[in-house]
Amino acid sequence: MDELMEILQELNPAVDYATCDKLIDDHHLDSLAIISLVAELEDAFDVTVPAVEIVPANFNSAQAIWAMVQRLQEEG
Amino acid sequence: MASYCGAPYLLFLGLVILVYGLTPQRLRWGVLLAASYLFSWSISGRLVLWLLLTTLTVYLLGLRLSVVLERQRAEAKSVPRAQRKAVKAKYLPRLRALAAAGILSQLAILLTLKYAAFFCKNANALLALLQSPVELPVPAFVLPIGISFYTLQALSYLIDVYRGTVQADRHFGRLALWLSFFPGLMQGPISRYGDTAAQLWQGAGLEYGRLTSGLQRIGWGLAKKIVLADRVNLPIKELFSNYESYDGGMMFLAMVLFTVQEYMEFSGTMDVVIGSAEIFGVRLPENFRQPFAARSISEFWTRWHITLGAWFKDYIFYPVAVSGRMKELTTRARKRLGNHFGPLAASAVALFCVWLANGLWHGDAWNYIFFGMYHFALILSASLFEPLFQAIFQRTALDRQSAPWRAFQAARTALLVCVGELFFRAHGLRAGLAMFARMVSGFTLASFADGTFLSLGMDGQDYAVLLLGILAVAAVGRLHGRGLRVREGLAARPLAVRWACYYLLILIIVIFGAYGANYEPVDPIYAAF
Repeated sequence: MDELMEILQELNPAVDYATCDKLIDDHHLDSLAIISLVAELEDAFDVTVPAVEIVPANFNSAQAIWAMVQRLQEEG
Repeated sequence: MASYCGAPYLLFLGLVILVYGLTPQRLRWGVLLAASYLFSWSISGRLVLWLLLTTLTVYLLGLRLSVVLERQRAEAKSVPRAQRKAVKAKYLPRLRALAAAGILSQLAILLTLKYAAFFCKNANALLALLQSPVELPVPAFVLPIGISFYTLQALSYLIDVYRGTVQADRHFGRLALWLSFFPGLMQGPISRYGDTAAQLWQGAGLEYGRLTSGLQRIGWGLAKKIVLADRVNLPIKELFSNYESYDGGMMFLAMVLFTVQEYMEFSGTMDVVIGSAEIFGVRLPENFRQPFAARSISEFWTRWHITLGAWFKDYIFYPVAVSGRMKELTTRARKRLGNHFGPLAASAVALFCVWLANGLWHGDAWNYIFFGMYHFALILSASLFEPLFQAIFQRTALDRQSAPWRAFQAARTALLVCVGELFFRAHGLRAGLAMFARMVSGFTLASFADGTFLSLGMDGQDYAVLLLGILAVAAVGRLHGRGLRVREGLAARPLAVRWACYYLLILIIVIFGAYGANYEPVDPIYAAF
């Protein structure tokens, strides 16, 4: 989770990722940030994030992103 | 029955409601399916077989995909976590081959029927330029109604089954109904199997609340189409057909009137479509959400023809932008160019694919391709210059959220949209460029001052009705934007107030509707796609 927080901070330091649960809905992460984030997640956590996972429910909060990463790791 | 806003469709809808209401629940899906194929046959005749072929193809391939996916899941469950990637890799080529077969077969049908003539004409022009004696025969296929819409739905179903987000449907009738449901067949909205198929299948009974709510929405849609979209049709036809005879001011008028017409016609038809579905207990996705409140072109496309934009985002933009090579490109570029410009290359490639597809989807002509590229350029340049704008706002301490700036952004976006619509409606790219050049270089108010604008099929009273209508539509849109539901509010009013409103709406359509000798109704714009 700490590594994920570092990645998110680097993408947009102005957001409080510990509390924000509308990263997509409130446009804190736009499509460019999502493209960067997906590339970072794959490198950092050895997962493949397919396009089908790119939905607001998976990216609206740091917790949701972390849950998706863990699920993808589990699925292999 | 080639329009959702005409008497034949409304009579047909009434008959279907009657038969549907008299049929036992377990058979109601059959009534809707039979009605949908009858509707399609009444417009396309034997060409309805293309719809059947598409349904059969995606049904069989969906089932096959689900069998392979089941095997993959079962095998993955039986091995340790470390080996699951290998299991996935083992099944991937087969899954990809099945999905590709489905996607390519559907695209082949669409491309052949819709674009073969365009391709042959342009190839012949090129061959003539090269002084080649070869000339390709230009085919003249007739398109089955709604092919561009149901093909996108069929593709989304196959891809969703491939991705594992929906289960393949084992019931052919349920899939056939979802692909052919008559209210949405001709002009969308483009619905997803996971959102709509089960609702269609359940055969919900007719309820007074849904019936009145659906009819109210149909009435509102008819008012937009008949009072507003049809009212502006004659000047639009005249100005786009004989643009050489008019000055730049009239080109501006043509551009604005067509944008108004397209919005009123398309969103009005969507009201009729969504209202029709609501009567059967089916909630179709919304296609419009105050598009002219958008502050940027990219936001506009999340408010206008929403289901098409969402389709391109889910099935083209992100799959391209996060594909293996694009991810490598993003990672490398971010190290050199930083967070903003790093992912821009991948985004640009994906955006180009989206807007080329968007332009081509709308029609087989260069002006549609130009329309797509125009939006591609606008959205890409907004991303490119965003750091510059941010720097300017920081230095000048201007508030980007201030009301005047927001209003400026909305007006600028509306103007850019109107320019795109000029090319969209023009009789070819050459005519579009000529009209645009005339508007920019020869802009004058002379035709407004000498009354030319009143001689095109709309008099002063027509312009007044148009203006009031636009204000009414904008007011209702604003209420919806604030979360207020006009129909729900109306349902809570006393009976006398409700019926007074119904009569008022009917009277508005009857009295102010643009029909009769002095008007010409506009053909459904999106049915042609």
